[in-house]
Amino acid sequence: MSTAKNININLKIWRQKNAKEKGGIVDYKLDNVSTASSFLEMLDQLNEQLINSKQEPVAFDHDCREGICGMCSLYINGRAHGPETGTTTCQLHMRKFKDGDTIYIEPFRSKAFPVVKDLVVDRSSFDRIQQAGGFVSVNTSGNTIDANSIPVPKDDADKSFMAAACIGCGACVASCKNGSAMLFVGAKVSQYALLPQGKVEAATRVQNMVRQMDEEGFGNCTNTGACEVECPKGISLENIARMNREFLKASL
Amino acid sequence: MAKSALLKSSIAKKYWMALTGLFLCLFLAGHLAGNLQLLVPNNALNFNQYALFMTTNPAVKILSYLTYISILFHAIDGFLLTYQNAKARPIGYAKTNPSANSSFSSRNMAVLGTIVLIFIVTHMVNFWAKMHYDKNMPLAQKETLAQTGKKQIQLVGIKDSQMPFFQLDESGKLSKEFFENIKTQTQGQYDLEIQDVTKIVNKKDGEVIFQGYKDLYKLTIDFFRDAKYGLIFTIGYVLAMFALGFHLWHGFSSAFQSLGLNGPKYTPAIKFFGKAFSVVVPLLFAIIPLYIHFTK
Ligand code: HEM
Ligand code: SF4
Ligand code: FES
Repeated sequence: MSTAKNININLKIWRQKNAKEKGGIVDYKLDNVSTASSFLEMLDQLNEQLINSKQEPVAFDHDCREGICGMCSLYINGRAHGPETGTTTCQLHMRKFKDGDTIYIEPFRSKAFPVVKDLVVDRSSFDRIQQAGGFVSVNTSGNTIDANSIPVPKDDADKSFMAAACIGCGACVASCKNGSAMLFVGAKVSQYALLPQGKVEAATRVQNMVRQMDEEGFGNCTNTGACEVECPKGISLENIARMNREFLKASL
Repeated sequence: MAKSALLKSSIAKKYWMALTGLFLCLFLAGHLAGNLQLLVPNNALNFNQYALFMTTNPAVKILSYLTYISILFHAIDGFLLTYQNAKARPIGYAKTNPSANSSFSSRNMAVLGTIVLIFIVTHMVNFWAKMHYDKNMPLAQKETLAQTGKKQIQLVGIKDSQMPFFQLDESGKLSKEFFENIKTQTQGQYDLEIQDVTKIVNKKDGEVIFQGYKDLYKLTIDFFRDAKYGLIFTIGYVLAMFALGFHLWHGFSSAFQSLGLNGPKYTPAIKFFGKAFSVVVPLLFAIIPLYIHFTK
Protein backbone atom coordinates (compact mmCIF):
# COMPACT_ATOMS: atom_id res chain seq x y z
CA MET A 1 0.00 0.00 0.00
CA SER A 2 2.95 2.26 0.43
CA THR A 3 3.19 4.58 -2.53
CA ALA A 4 5.93 6.64 -0.93
CA LYS A 5 8.25 8.38 -3.31
CA ASN A 6 10.53 11.36 -3.14
CA ILE A 7 9.62 14.82 -4.37
CA ASN A 8 11.53 18.06 -4.89
CA ILE A 9 9.87 21.21 -3.63
CA ASN A 10 10.37 24.98 -3.52
CA LEU A 11 9.78 26.68 -0.21
CA LYS A 12 8.98 30.32 0.48
CA ILE A 13 9.43 30.79 4.18
CA TRP A 14 9.00 33.85 6.40
CA ARG A 15 12.33 34.56 8.11
CA GLN A 16 12.56 37.09 10.90
CA LYS A 17 15.51 37.33 13.29
CA ASN A 18 13.53 38.49 16.29
CA ALA A 19 10.42 40.37 17.37
CA LYS A 20 11.97 43.77 16.57
CA GLU A 21 13.57 43.13 13.19
CA LYS A 22 11.66 43.29 9.92
CA GLY A 23 11.19 39.93 8.30
CA GLY A 24 10.71 38.74 4.76
CA ILE A 25 10.06 35.72 2.57
CA VAL A 26 13.17 33.65 1.74
CA ASP A 27 13.25 31.01 -1.02
CA TYR A 28 14.64 27.50 -0.45
CA LYS A 29 14.90 24.42 -2.61
CA LEU A 30 14.50 21.09 -0.88
CA ASP A 31 15.14 17.87 -2.78
CA ASN A 32 14.36 14.26 -1.98
CA VAL A 33 11.51 14.82 0.45
CA SER A 34 9.76 11.55 1.17
CA THR A 35 5.99 11.79 0.69
CA ALA A 36 5.72 9.55 3.73
CA SER A 37 7.23 12.22 5.96
CA SER A 38 5.15 14.70 7.90
CA PHE A 39 5.23 18.41 7.15
CA LEU A 40 7.25 19.10 10.28
CA GLU A 41 9.71 16.34 9.36
CA MET A 42 10.13 18.08 6.02
CA LEU A 43 11.05 21.25 7.95
CA ASP A 44 13.46 19.18 10.08
CA GLN A 45 15.05 18.02 6.85
CA LEU A 46 15.36 21.61 5.63
CA ASN A 47 16.92 22.66 8.93
CA GLU A 48 19.45 19.86 8.69
CA GLN A 49 20.37 21.12 5.25
CA LEU A 50 20.64 24.68 6.59
CA ILE A 51 22.76 23.65 9.59
CA ASN A 52 25.06 21.60 7.36
CA SER A 53 25.64 24.68 5.24
CA LYS A 54 26.20 26.78 8.38
CA GLN A 55 22.97 28.76 8.10
CA GLU A 56 20.47 29.62 10.80
CA PRO A 57 17.73 26.93 10.96
CA VAL A 58 14.09 27.95 10.64
CA ALA A 59 12.41 28.31 14.02
CA PHE A 60 8.93 26.79 14.25
CA ASP A 61 6.69 25.65 17.07
CA HIS A 62 5.88 22.01 17.76
CA ASP A 63 5.57 19.66 20.69
CA CYS A 64 3.43 16.53 20.71
CA ARG A 65 3.47 15.98 16.94
CA GLU A 66 0.25 14.01 17.22
CA GLY A 67 -2.40 16.71 17.06
CA ILE A 68 -3.24 17.12 20.72
CA CYS A 69 -1.14 19.90 22.20
CA GLY A 70 -1.93 22.80 19.88
CA MET A 71 1.66 23.94 19.75
CA CYS A 72 2.33 23.60 16.02
CA SER A 73 1.02 26.40 13.86
CA LEU A 74 2.07 27.63 10.37
CA TYR A 75 0.10 29.26 7.59
CA ILE A 76 0.73 26.98 4.64
CA ASN A 77 -0.17 28.08 1.11
CA GLY A 78 -2.73 30.51 2.44
CA ARG A 79 -4.36 28.20 4.98
CA ALA A 80 -3.83 27.63 8.68
CA HIS A 81 -2.36 24.15 9.29
CA GLY A 82 -2.19 23.60 5.55
CA PRO A 83 -4.55 22.33 2.87
CA GLU A 84 -6.20 19.57 4.88
CA THR A 85 -9.15 20.29 7.13
CA GLY A 86 -9.57 18.78 10.57
CA THR A 87 -5.84 18.37 11.10
CA THR A 88 -3.00 20.21 12.74
CA THR A 89 0.24 20.94 10.89
CA CYS A 90 1.95 18.03 12.66
CA GLN A 91 -0.71 15.72 11.20
CA LEU A 92 -0.17 17.00 7.67
CA HIS A 93 1.87 14.78 5.36
CA MET A 94 3.99 15.52 2.37
CA ARG A 95 1.88 13.14 0.25
CA LYS A 96 -0.54 16.07 0.03
CA PHE A 97 2.03 17.86 -2.16
CA LYS A 98 3.30 17.21 -5.65
CA ASP A 99 6.76 17.18 -7.14
CA GLY A 100 7.80 20.72 -8.06
CA ASP A 101 5.23 22.41 -5.79
CA THR A 102 5.94 25.83 -4.33
CA ILE A 103 4.90 26.01 -0.71
CA TYR A 104 4.49 29.28 1.19
CA ILE A 105 5.07 28.96 4.93
CA GLU A 106 4.19 31.95 7.08
CA PRO A 107 3.56 32.53 10.78
CA PHE A 108 0.01 32.90 12.14
CA ARG A 109 -0.72 36.61 11.67
CA SER A 110 -2.48 38.65 14.33
CA LYS A 111 -1.76 41.78 16.30
CA ALA A 112 -2.26 39.64 19.39
CA PHE A 113 0.17 36.96 18.13
CA PRO A 114 3.45 38.87 17.70
CA VAL A 115 6.22 37.02 15.88
CA VAL A 116 8.99 35.91 18.22
CA LYS A 117 11.26 34.49 15.54
CA ASP A 118 10.71 33.16 12.02
CA LEU A 119 7.52 31.10 12.25
CA VAL A 120 7.21 31.17 16.03
CA VAL A 121 4.50 33.46 17.41
CA ASP A 122 3.65 34.41 20.97
CA ARG A 123 0.16 33.08 21.71
CA SER A 124 0.16 34.00 25.41
CA SER A 125 -2.79 36.32 24.69
CA PHE A 126 -4.84 33.10 24.67
CA ASP A 127 -3.46 32.21 28.09
CA ARG A 128 -4.48 35.61 29.45
CA ILE A 129 -8.00 35.18 28.08
CA GLN A 130 -8.15 31.78 29.72
CA GLN A 131 -6.88 33.20 33.01
CA ALA A 132 -9.54 35.91 32.89
CA GLY A 133 -12.32 33.38 33.38
CA GLY A 134 -11.75 30.02 31.74
CA PHE A 135 -11.97 28.01 34.93
CA VAL A 136 -14.30 26.83 37.66
CA SER A 137 -13.50 27.98 41.20
CA VAL A 138 -13.52 25.14 43.74
CA ASN A 139 -12.29 24.79 47.28
CA THR A 140 -9.37 22.42 47.40
CA SER A 141 -10.33 21.28 50.88
CA GLY A 142 -9.49 17.68 50.19
CA ASN A 143 -13.13 16.64 50.31
CA THR A 144 -13.26 15.88 46.64
CA ILE A 145 -16.81 15.30 45.50
CA ASP A 146 -17.55 12.44 43.19
CA ALA A 147 -17.99 13.98 39.74
CA ASN A 148 -21.00 11.81 38.98
CA SER A 149 -22.95 13.10 41.98
CA ILE A 150 -24.11 16.06 39.88
CA PRO A 151 -26.37 14.85 37.08
CA VAL A 152 -25.60 16.31 33.66
CA PRO A 153 -27.89 15.77 30.66
CA LYS A 154 -26.12 13.67 28.04
CA ASP A 155 -26.69 16.23 25.31
CA ASP A 156 -25.12 19.04 27.37
CA ALA A 157 -22.19 16.85 28.35
CA ASP A 158 -21.56 15.98 24.69
CA LYS A 159 -21.66 19.61 23.59
CA SER A 160 -19.39 20.63 26.44
CA PHE A 161 -16.88 17.93 25.56
CA MET A 162 -16.99 18.94 21.92
CA ALA A 163 -16.19 22.52 22.92
CA ALA A 164 -13.48 21.31 25.28
CA ALA A 165 -11.73 19.65 22.34
CA CYS A 166 -10.24 23.08 21.50
CA ILE A 167 -6.46 22.86 21.79
CA GLY A 168 -5.88 26.62 21.74
CA CYS A 169 -3.79 26.46 18.58
CA GLY A 170 -4.96 29.81 17.20
CA ALA A 171 -5.77 28.58 13.69
CA CYS A 172 -9.15 30.26 14.02
CA VAL A 173 -7.48 33.65 14.55
CA ALA A 174 -4.95 33.01 11.80
CA SER A 175 -7.53 32.14 9.17
CA CYS A 176 -10.08 34.80 10.11
CA LYS A 177 -9.91 37.81 7.83
CA ASN A 178 -10.74 39.91 10.89
CA GLY A 179 -8.20 38.23 13.16
CA SER A 180 -11.03 37.42 15.53
CA ALA A 181 -10.58 34.99 18.42
CA MET A 182 -14.27 34.35 18.91
CA LEU A 183 -14.19 30.64 18.04
CA PHE A 184 -11.56 30.02 20.70
CA VAL A 185 -13.31 32.15 23.31
CA GLY A 186 -16.70 30.75 22.29
CA ALA A 187 -15.40 27.23 22.84
CA LYS A 188 -13.93 28.09 26.23
CA VAL A 189 -17.07 29.90 27.37
CA SER A 190 -19.33 27.09 26.15
CA GLN A 191 -17.32 24.31 27.66
CA TYR A 192 -18.14 25.64 31.13
CA ALA A 193 -21.49 27.33 30.52
CA LEU A 194 -23.02 24.00 29.50
CA LEU A 195 -22.20 22.26 32.77
CA PRO A 196 -23.84 22.83 36.14
CA GLN A 197 -20.45 23.38 37.77
CA GLY A 198 -19.68 26.16 35.30
CA LYS A 199 -23.08 27.88 35.35
CA VAL A 200 -22.39 29.48 38.75
CA GLU A 201 -19.75 31.82 37.36
CA ALA A 202 -21.14 31.97 33.82
CA ALA A 203 -21.94 35.70 33.82
CA THR A 204 -18.63 37.01 35.15
CA ARG A 205 -16.72 34.45 33.09
CA VAL A 206 -18.10 35.53 29.73
CA GLN A 207 -17.75 39.22 30.57
CA ASN A 208 -14.17 38.90 31.74
CA MET A 209 -13.06 36.67 28.90
CA VAL A 210 -14.64 38.89 26.25
CA ARG A 211 -13.13 42.00 27.83
CA GLN A 212 -9.69 40.37 27.83
CA MET A 213 -10.17 39.24 24.24
CA ASP A 214 -10.97 42.81 23.17
CA GLU A 215 -8.05 44.23 25.14
CA GLU A 216 -5.62 41.86 23.46
CA GLY A 217 -6.48 43.44 20.11
CA PHE A 218 -8.29 40.59 18.39
CA GLY A 219 -10.72 41.65 15.67
CA ASN A 220 -14.50 41.49 15.59
CA CYS A 221 -16.26 38.46 14.18
CA THR A 222 -18.34 38.97 11.04
CA ASN A 223 -19.45 35.35 10.79
CA THR A 224 -17.46 34.44 7.70
CA GLY A 225 -17.11 30.95 9.13
CA ALA A 226 -13.47 30.55 8.05
CA CYS A 227 -12.48 29.54 11.60
CA GLU A 228 -14.93 26.65 11.70
CA VAL A 229 -13.56 25.31 8.39
CA GLU A 230 -9.93 25.58 9.47
CA CYS A 231 -10.24 24.50 13.10
CA PRO A 232 -8.35 21.21 13.49
CA LYS A 233 -10.79 20.14 16.19
CA GLY A 234 -14.05 20.88 14.39
CA ILE A 235 -15.21 23.50 16.91
CA SER A 236 -18.61 24.70 15.66
CA LEU A 237 -19.87 28.26 15.13
CA GLU A 238 -22.68 27.31 17.50
CA ASN A 239 -20.18 28.02 20.27
CA ILE A 240 -19.84 31.65 19.14
CA ALA A 241 -23.61 31.96 19.10
CA ARG A 242 -23.73 30.51 22.61
CA MET A 243 -21.09 32.99 23.78
CA ASN A 244 -23.13 35.83 22.25
CA ARG A 245 -26.21 34.60 24.13
CA GLU A 246 -24.28 34.24 27.36
CA PHE A 247 -22.85 37.72 26.94
CA LEU A 248 -26.28 39.24 26.33
CA LYS A 249 -27.68 37.45 29.39
CA ALA A 250 -24.78 38.67 31.49
CA SER A 251 -25.02 42.27 30.28
CA LEU A 252 -28.75 42.87 30.66
CA MET B 1 -19.49 47.58 33.37
CA ALA B 2 -22.66 46.12 31.97
CA LYS B 3 -23.84 49.36 30.36
CA SER B 4 -20.63 50.34 28.64
CA ALA B 5 -20.07 46.75 27.58
CA LEU B 6 -23.38 46.83 25.75
CA LEU B 7 -22.09 49.67 23.58
CA LYS B 8 -18.39 49.11 23.25
CA SER B 9 -17.52 45.44 23.37
CA SER B 10 -16.92 43.46 20.22
CA ILE B 11 -20.00 41.34 20.81
CA ALA B 12 -22.25 44.32 21.49
CA LYS B 13 -21.25 45.84 18.16
CA LYS B 14 -22.44 42.63 16.57
CA TYR B 15 -25.83 42.86 18.26
CA TRP B 16 -26.27 46.37 16.94
CA MET B 17 -25.17 45.40 13.45
CA ALA B 18 -27.61 42.52 13.52
CA LEU B 19 -30.57 44.43 14.98
CA THR B 20 -30.20 47.40 12.66
CA GLY B 21 -29.53 45.09 9.70
CA LEU B 22 -32.66 43.03 10.35
CA PHE B 23 -34.73 46.15 10.85
CA LEU B 24 -33.48 47.39 7.49
CA CYS B 25 -34.59 44.08 5.98
CA LEU B 26 -38.10 44.79 7.25
CA PHE B 27 -37.85 48.27 5.81
CA LEU B 28 -36.83 46.79 2.46
CA ALA B 29 -39.87 44.52 2.41
CA GLY B 30 -42.18 47.47 3.11
CA HIS B 31 -40.48 49.75 0.62
CA LEU B 32 -40.68 47.04 -2.02
CA ALA B 33 -44.41 46.58 -1.52
CA GLY B 34 -44.85 50.31 -2.19
CA ASN B 35 -42.60 50.39 -5.22
CA LEU B 36 -44.29 47.43 -6.87
CA GLN B 37 -47.30 49.68 -7.46
CA LEU B 38 -45.19 51.32 -10.15
CA LEU B 39 -45.56 48.17 -12.22
CA VAL B 40 -49.34 48.63 -12.46
CA PRO B 41 -50.11 50.63 -15.62
CA ASN B 42 -51.80 54.05 -15.24
CA ASN B 43 -51.50 53.85 -11.50
CA ALA B 44 -50.46 57.46 -10.90
CA LEU B 45 -53.28 58.38 -8.55
CA ASN B 46 -52.86 55.35 -6.29
CA PHE B 47 -49.12 55.73 -6.22
CA ASN B 48 -49.22 59.43 -5.41
CA GLN B 49 -51.80 58.87 -2.69
CA TYR B 50 -49.52 56.20 -1.26
CA ALA B 51 -46.53 58.58 -1.46
CA LEU B 52 -48.48 61.26 0.40
CA PHE B 53 -49.48 58.76 3.06
CA MET B 54 -45.86 57.66 3.49
CA THR B 55 -44.65 61.22 3.98
CA THR B 56 -47.39 62.39 6.33
CA ASN B 57 -48.75 59.50 8.40
CA PRO B 58 -47.42 59.77 11.99
CA ALA B 59 -46.91 56.01 12.45
CA VAL B 60 -44.98 55.85 9.21
CA LYS B 61 -42.96 58.87 10.37
CA ILE B 62 -41.81 56.99 13.46
CA LEU B 63 -40.81 54.03 11.31
CA SER B 64 -38.95 56.25 8.88
CA TYR B 65 -36.99 57.92 11.67
CA LEU B 66 -36.09 54.46 12.97
CA THR B 67 -34.93 53.63 9.46
CA TYR B 68 -32.73 56.75 9.19
CA ILE B 69 -31.18 55.98 12.56
CA SER B 70 -30.65 52.33 11.64
CA ILE B 71 -28.90 53.18 8.38
CA LEU B 72 -26.63 55.69 10.14
CA PHE B 73 -25.87 53.40 13.05
CA HIS B 74 -25.38 50.36 10.84
CA ALA B 75 -23.03 52.22 8.52
CA ILE B 76 -20.99 53.88 11.31
CA ASP B 77 -20.75 50.64 13.28
CA GLY B 78 -19.84 48.79 10.10
CA PHE B 79 -17.02 51.19 9.28
CA LEU B 80 -15.78 51.03 12.87
CA LEU B 81 -15.75 47.24 12.81
CA THR B 82 -13.94 47.19 9.50
CA TYR B 83 -11.34 49.66 10.75
CA GLN B 84 -10.73 47.70 13.96
CA ASN B 85 -10.54 44.45 12.05
CA ALA B 86 -7.95 45.85 9.69
CA LYS B 87 -5.88 46.85 12.72
CA ALA B 88 -6.10 43.34 14.19
CA ARG B 89 -3.72 42.07 11.49
CA PRO B 90 -1.09 44.76 10.90
CA ILE B 91 1.11 42.47 8.79
CA GLY B 92 -0.78 40.51 6.18
CA TYR B 93 -0.05 37.19 4.53
CA ALA B 94 2.02 36.87 1.36
CA LYS B 95 -0.16 34.01 0.17
CA THR B 96 -3.84 33.68 0.90
CA ASN B 97 -6.54 31.31 -0.21
CA PRO B 98 -9.71 32.88 1.17
CA SER B 99 -12.20 31.05 -1.02
CA ALA B 100 -11.10 27.79 0.60
CA ASN B 101 -12.94 28.62 3.79
CA SER B 102 -15.42 31.46 3.31
CA SER B 103 -17.88 32.95 0.84
CA PHE B 104 -17.32 36.02 -1.33
CA SER B 105 -20.19 37.89 0.32
CA SER B 106 -19.01 37.24 3.84
CA ARG B 107 -15.57 38.63 3.06
CA ASN B 108 -16.82 41.77 1.32
CA MET B 109 -19.58 43.02 3.58
CA ALA B 110 -17.96 46.43 4.03
CA VAL B 111 -17.47 47.02 0.31
CA LEU B 112 -20.96 45.81 -0.53
CA GLY B 113 -22.40 47.89 2.30
CA THR B 114 -20.57 50.97 1.08
CA ILE B 115 -22.02 50.51 -2.41
CA VAL B 116 -25.45 50.21 -0.83
CA LEU B 117 -24.78 53.34 1.24
CA ILE B 118 -23.79 55.34 -1.84
CA PHE B 119 -26.92 54.09 -3.53
CA ILE B 120 -29.10 55.07 -0.57
CA VAL B 121 -27.67 58.59 -0.54
CA THR B 122 -28.15 59.18 -4.27
CA HIS B 123 -31.57 57.58 -4.12
CA MET B 124 -32.59 59.93 -1.33
CA VAL B 125 -31.30 62.96 -3.19
CA ASN B 126 -33.22 61.94 -6.31
CA PHE B 127 -36.54 61.01 -4.74
CA TRP B 128 -36.82 61.47 -1.01
CA ALA B 129 -35.41 65.01 -0.87
CA LYS B 130 -37.56 66.11 -3.82
CA MET B 131 -40.68 64.68 -2.24
CA HIS B 132 -39.92 66.38 1.06
CA TYR B 133 -38.36 69.70 0.17
CA ASP B 134 -38.56 70.52 -3.52
CA LYS B 135 -40.73 73.63 -3.90
CA ASN B 136 -40.95 73.05 -7.65
CA MET B 137 -42.13 69.47 -7.36
CA PRO B 138 -44.80 69.01 -10.03
CA LEU B 139 -48.36 68.46 -8.86
CA ALA B 140 -50.27 65.49 -10.15
CA GLN B 141 -52.38 66.40 -13.14
CA LYS B 142 -54.50 64.84 -15.81
CA GLU B 143 -55.19 65.80 -19.36
CA THR B 144 -58.77 66.59 -20.38
CA LEU B 145 -60.40 67.90 -23.49
CA ALA B 146 -61.84 71.37 -23.16
CA GLN B 147 -65.07 72.31 -24.92
CA THR B 148 -63.03 73.89 -27.67
CA GLY B 149 -61.60 70.45 -28.41
CA LYS B 150 -58.18 71.50 -27.16
CA LYS B 151 -56.25 69.43 -24.69
CA GLN B 152 -56.15 71.03 -21.29
CA ILE B 153 -54.69 70.11 -18.00
CA GLN B 154 -56.38 69.72 -14.65
CA LEU B 155 -54.63 69.24 -11.34
CA VAL B 156 -55.54 66.14 -9.36
CA GLY B 157 -56.38 66.84 -5.75
CA ILE B 158 -56.98 65.10 -2.49
CA LYS B 159 -60.47 63.87 -1.59
CA ASP B 160 -61.78 64.62 -5.06
CA SER B 161 -61.41 68.34 -4.51
CA GLN B 162 -61.54 69.52 -8.08
CA MET B 163 -59.40 72.23 -9.48
CA PRO B 164 -61.89 74.36 -11.34
CA PHE B 165 -59.45 76.06 -13.66
CA PHE B 166 -57.52 74.54 -16.46
CA GLN B 167 -54.44 76.64 -16.60
CA LEU B 168 -50.82 75.70 -16.18
CA ASP B 169 -47.73 77.12 -17.77
CA GLU B 170 -45.40 74.97 -19.84
CA SER B 171 -43.42 73.77 -16.83
CA GLY B 172 -46.57 72.39 -15.25
CA LYS B 173 -46.77 75.14 -12.67
CA LEU B 174 -49.69 77.49 -12.15
CA SER B 175 -49.06 80.69 -14.09
CA LYS B 176 -48.94 84.15 -12.50
CA GLU B 177 -51.76 85.31 -14.76
CA PHE B 178 -53.91 82.57 -13.36
CA PHE B 179 -53.72 84.02 -9.86
CA GLU B 180 -54.23 87.58 -11.11
CA ASN B 181 -57.24 86.56 -13.21
CA ILE B 182 -58.95 85.03 -10.23
CA LYS B 183 -58.25 88.06 -8.09
CA THR B 184 -59.84 90.43 -10.60
CA GLN B 185 -62.70 88.10 -11.50
CA THR B 186 -63.74 87.79 -7.84
CA GLN B 187 -63.11 91.45 -7.07
CA GLY B 188 -60.35 90.56 -4.62
CA GLN B 189 -62.45 87.98 -2.75
CA TYR B 190 -60.02 85.25 -3.71
CA ASP B 191 -56.35 86.15 -3.38
CA LEU B 192 -54.70 82.77 -3.87
CA GLU B 193 -51.19 81.50 -3.24
CA ILE B 194 -49.45 78.12 -3.09
CA GLN B 195 -48.35 76.95 0.34
CA ASP B 196 -46.38 73.85 1.38
CA VAL B 197 -45.93 72.98 -2.28
CA THR B 198 -49.29 71.27 -2.61
CA LYS B 199 -51.89 73.62 -1.09
CA ILE B 200 -53.66 76.52 -2.77
CA VAL B 201 -54.83 78.85 -0.04
CA ASN B 202 -56.90 82.01 -0.01
CA LYS B 203 -54.67 84.58 1.68
CA LYS B 204 -57.73 86.53 2.83
CA ASP B 205 -59.15 83.95 5.23
CA GLY B 206 -56.68 81.08 5.10
CA GLU B 207 -59.23 78.78 3.49
CA VAL B 208 -57.67 75.84 1.65
CA ILE B 209 -59.22 75.97 -1.80
CA PHE B 210 -57.40 73.01 -3.21
CA GLN B 211 -54.85 70.43 -2.24
CA GLY B 212 -53.00 68.52 -4.92
CA TYR B 213 -50.69 65.55 -4.90
CA LYS B 214 -47.00 65.87 -5.52
CA ASP B 215 -46.44 63.85 -8.62
CA LEU B 216 -43.83 61.34 -7.42
CA TYR B 217 -45.14 58.93 -10.02
CA LYS B 218 -44.27 61.28 -12.89
CA LEU B 219 -40.94 62.14 -11.28
CA THR B 220 -40.02 58.45 -11.08
CA ILE B 221 -41.16 57.59 -14.59
CA ASP B 222 -39.37 60.64 -16.05
CA PHE B 223 -36.23 59.82 -14.08
CA PHE B 224 -35.80 56.35 -15.55
CA ARG B 225 -37.00 57.40 -19.01
CA ASP B 226 -34.74 60.46 -19.18
CA ALA B 227 -33.47 60.68 -22.74
CA LYS B 228 -29.89 61.33 -21.68
CA TYR B 229 -29.38 59.61 -18.33
CA GLY B 230 -32.32 57.21 -18.01
CA LEU B 231 -30.29 54.20 -19.07
CA ILE B 232 -27.40 55.07 -16.77
CA PHE B 233 -29.77 55.53 -13.82
CA THR B 234 -31.40 52.20 -14.62
CA ILE B 235 -28.09 50.37 -14.85
CA GLY B 236 -26.83 52.00 -11.65
CA TYR B 237 -29.98 50.97 -9.85
CA VAL B 238 -29.68 47.37 -11.01
CA LEU B 239 -25.99 47.19 -10.03
CA ALA B 240 -26.80 48.53 -6.57
CA MET B 241 -29.40 45.80 -6.21
CA PHE B 242 -26.73 43.23 -7.02
CA ALA B 243 -24.61 44.65 -4.20
CA LEU B 244 -27.61 44.56 -1.87
CA GLY B 245 -28.31 40.97 -2.84
CA PHE B 246 -24.78 39.85 -2.06
CA HIS B 247 -24.82 41.87 1.19
CA LEU B 248 -27.93 40.04 2.30
CA TRP B 249 -26.78 36.66 0.97
CA HIS B 250 -24.43 36.62 3.93
CA GLY B 251 -26.02 39.26 6.12
CA PHE B 252 -29.47 37.85 6.73
CA SER B 253 -28.48 34.57 8.38
CA SER B 254 -25.37 36.17 9.85
CA ALA B 255 -27.56 38.49 11.92
CA PHE B 256 -29.18 35.52 13.63
CA GLN B 257 -25.79 34.04 14.44
CA SER B 258 -24.74 37.42 15.91
CA LEU B 259 -27.82 37.47 18.10
CA GLY B 260 -26.92 34.03 19.40
CA LEU B 261 -29.45 32.03 17.43
CA ASN B 262 -27.72 29.02 15.97
CA GLY B 263 -28.91 25.48 16.35
CA PRO B 264 -29.93 22.47 14.30
CA LYS B 265 -33.61 23.31 14.78
CA TYR B 266 -33.84 26.76 13.21
CA THR B 267 -30.59 27.51 11.42
CA PRO B 268 -31.31 25.58 8.20
CA ALA B 269 -34.67 27.35 7.86
CA ILE B 270 -33.13 30.77 8.61
CA LYS B 271 -30.40 30.17 6.05
CA PHE B 272 -32.89 29.10 3.41
CA PHE B 273 -35.16 32.07 4.03
CA GLY B 274 -32.18 34.45 4.05
CA LYS B 275 -30.95 33.24 0.67
CA ALA B 276 -34.45 33.44 -0.80
CA PHE B 277 -34.90 36.96 0.61
CA SER B 278 -31.54 38.10 -0.73
CA VAL B 279 -32.44 36.96 -4.24
CA VAL B 280 -36.13 37.81 -4.46
CA VAL B 281 -36.17 41.26 -2.85
CA PRO B 282 -33.34 42.90 -4.85
CA LEU B 283 -34.62 41.19 -8.00
CA LEU B 284 -38.11 42.64 -7.61
CA PHE B 285 -36.64 46.06 -6.82
CA ALA B 286 -34.50 45.89 -9.96
CA ILE B 287 -37.35 44.85 -12.24
CA ILE B 288 -39.16 48.15 -11.61
CA PRO B 289 -36.67 50.59 -13.23
CA LEU B 290 -36.00 48.05 -15.98
CA TYR B 291 -39.71 47.88 -16.71
CA ILE B 292 -40.08 51.66 -16.64
CA HIS B 293 -37.07 52.30 -18.82
CA PHE B 294 -37.72 49.67 -21.46
CA THR B 295 -41.46 50.22 -21.88
CA LYS B 296 -41.30 53.88 -22.86
C1 HEM C 1 -30.79 48.46 3.26
C2 HEM C 1 -29.58 48.39 3.60
C3 HEM C 1 -28.89 47.33 4.44
C4 HEM C 1 -29.36 46.14 4.95
C5 HEM C 1 -30.74 45.56 4.83
C6 HEM C 1 -28.25 45.53 5.67
C7 HEM C 1 -28.32 44.33 6.34
C8 HEM C 1 -27.27 43.75 7.01
C9 HEM C 1 -27.34 42.57 7.80
C10 HEM C 1 -28.61 41.76 8.07
C11 HEM C 1 -26.07 42.31 8.27
C12 HEM C 1 -25.64 41.16 9.15
C13 HEM C 1 -25.44 41.60 10.58
C14 HEM C 1 -24.68 40.59 11.38
O1 HEM C 1 -23.94 39.79 10.85
O2 HEM C 1 -24.83 40.62 12.59
C15 HEM C 1 -25.22 43.33 7.78
C16 HEM C 1 -23.85 43.39 8.04
C17 HEM C 1 -23.03 44.40 7.62
N1 HEM C 1 -23.41 45.56 7.00
FE1 HEM C 1 -25.27 45.93 6.27
N2 HEM C 1 -27.16 46.34 5.58
C18 HEM C 1 -27.51 47.44 4.84
C19 HEM C 1 -26.72 48.52 4.53
C20 HEM C 1 -25.39 48.66 4.91
C21 HEM C 1 -24.64 49.86 4.72
C22 HEM C 1 -25.17 51.15 4.14
C23 HEM C 1 -23.40 49.61 5.19
C24 HEM C 1 -22.34 50.66 5.16
C25 HEM C 1 -21.13 50.58 5.15
C26 HEM C 1 -23.35 48.23 5.68
C27 HEM C 1 -22.25 47.58 6.22
C28 HEM C 1 -22.28 46.34 6.80
C29 HEM C 1 -21.13 45.63 7.30
C30 HEM C 1 -19.68 46.12 7.30
C31 HEM C 1 -21.59 44.41 7.81
C32 HEM C 1 -20.75 43.30 8.40
C33 HEM C 1 -20.65 43.42 9.87
C34 HEM C 1 -20.91 42.13 10.60
O3 HEM C 1 -21.21 41.12 9.98
O4 HEM C 1 -20.81 42.14 11.83
N3 HEM C 1 -24.60 47.69 5.51
N4 HEM C 1 -25.96 44.21 7.02
S1 SF4 D 1 -11.16 26.84 18.25
FE1 SF4 D 1 -10.10 25.38 16.92
S2 SF4 D 1 -8.75 26.66 15.71
FE2 SF4 D 1 -9.38 27.91 17.43
S3 SF4 D 1 -7.83 27.61 18.99
FE3 SF4 D 1 -9.40 26.07 19.40
S4 SF4 D 1 -8.73 24.27 18.27
FE4 SF4 D 1 -7.53 25.96 17.45
S1 FES E 1 2.60 19.55 17.69
FE1 FES E 1 1.02 19.17 19.12
S2 FES E 1 -0.72 19.54 17.94
FE2 FES E 1 0.82 19.69 16.45
